[in-house]
Amino acid sequence: MTQKTDPTSFERPLSPHLQVYRPQLTSMMSIFHRITGAALVAGTALLVGWLWSAAYSPGCFTAIHTFFSGILGKLLLIGWSFAFYYHFCNGIRHLFWDIGKGFEIPNAYRSGYAVLIASAIFTICTWMTVFANTGVSQ
Amino acid sequence: MKHSQVREPLAKVRGLGSAKDGTQHFIWQRITAIVLIPLTFWFIRSLLMISIGGGEQAFVAAWLSSGFSATLLIIMLVALFYHAKLGMQVIIEDYVHSPFPKYTALLLNMVLMYGFAAISIMAVLKLHLYVAPEMGTQ
Repeated sequence: MTQKTDPTSFERPLSPHLQVYRPQLTSMMSIFHRITGAALVAGTALLVGWLWSAAYSPGCFTAIHTFFSGILGKLLLIGWSFAFYYHFCNGIRHLFWDIGKGFEIPNAYRSGYAVLIASAIFTICTWMTVFANTGVSQ
Repeated sequence: MKHSQVREPLAKVRGLGSAKDGTQHFIWQRITAIVLIPLTFWFIRSLLMISIGGGEQAFVAAWLSSGFSATLLIIMLVALFYHAKLGMQVIIEDYVHSPFPKYTALLLNMVLMYGFAAISIMAVLKLHLYVAPEMGTQ
């Protein structure tokens, strides 16, 4: 009986219901911006280790260099470079939104596709440059 | 009279609400983002040159023997780790709600990001001031 009268006991709608929410390009790219941001923060540990060992520990530097010359290391770097280019391009998209440009739905989709294509092209160009000059297996 | 009505409108505008820092977080996220656009692009280009050279420590030292490169890299590291600190702070504030884990994570984030900045800047300074001259004579 108290169920009906107690205002706190009503089944209120919860929002957003991610399970029944149809994913769109715009929302997926938004969460991916955050995911790549967090992944890049994890990657900064490598940047710090790389710079620190270059200055203070040649042995450690050689170990890092050897690991990232291998297949697993290269795959990690390819992943990070894509995360970087994505966050870079989508960040510029966000800066345009910040000055109030490109909010219309068709433009938001257009810039979304542009970001995906640009980050793919940047990643491919970067690694083609690396592989063309150092060989794939080095 | 409610406490909020006692607060001067000017104090509210200046961002002295319950969060204490108002729009500063948003503004610095954007300032560091804009600064990072050219700097990270230059940094990726430098990494590519080092990697094409072979990636050994001597190439890192030779790169940072230039005062221009060392200065740009330090500016990039300051902007990068401040940007990372602000971004991770938002992620923590959005997903961690219980006070103890939240403030522990926020504190850890601050210590880690400022610590990373300090370590990497020290490494750049050491490479520039002490390691580079030896490498330059090789």
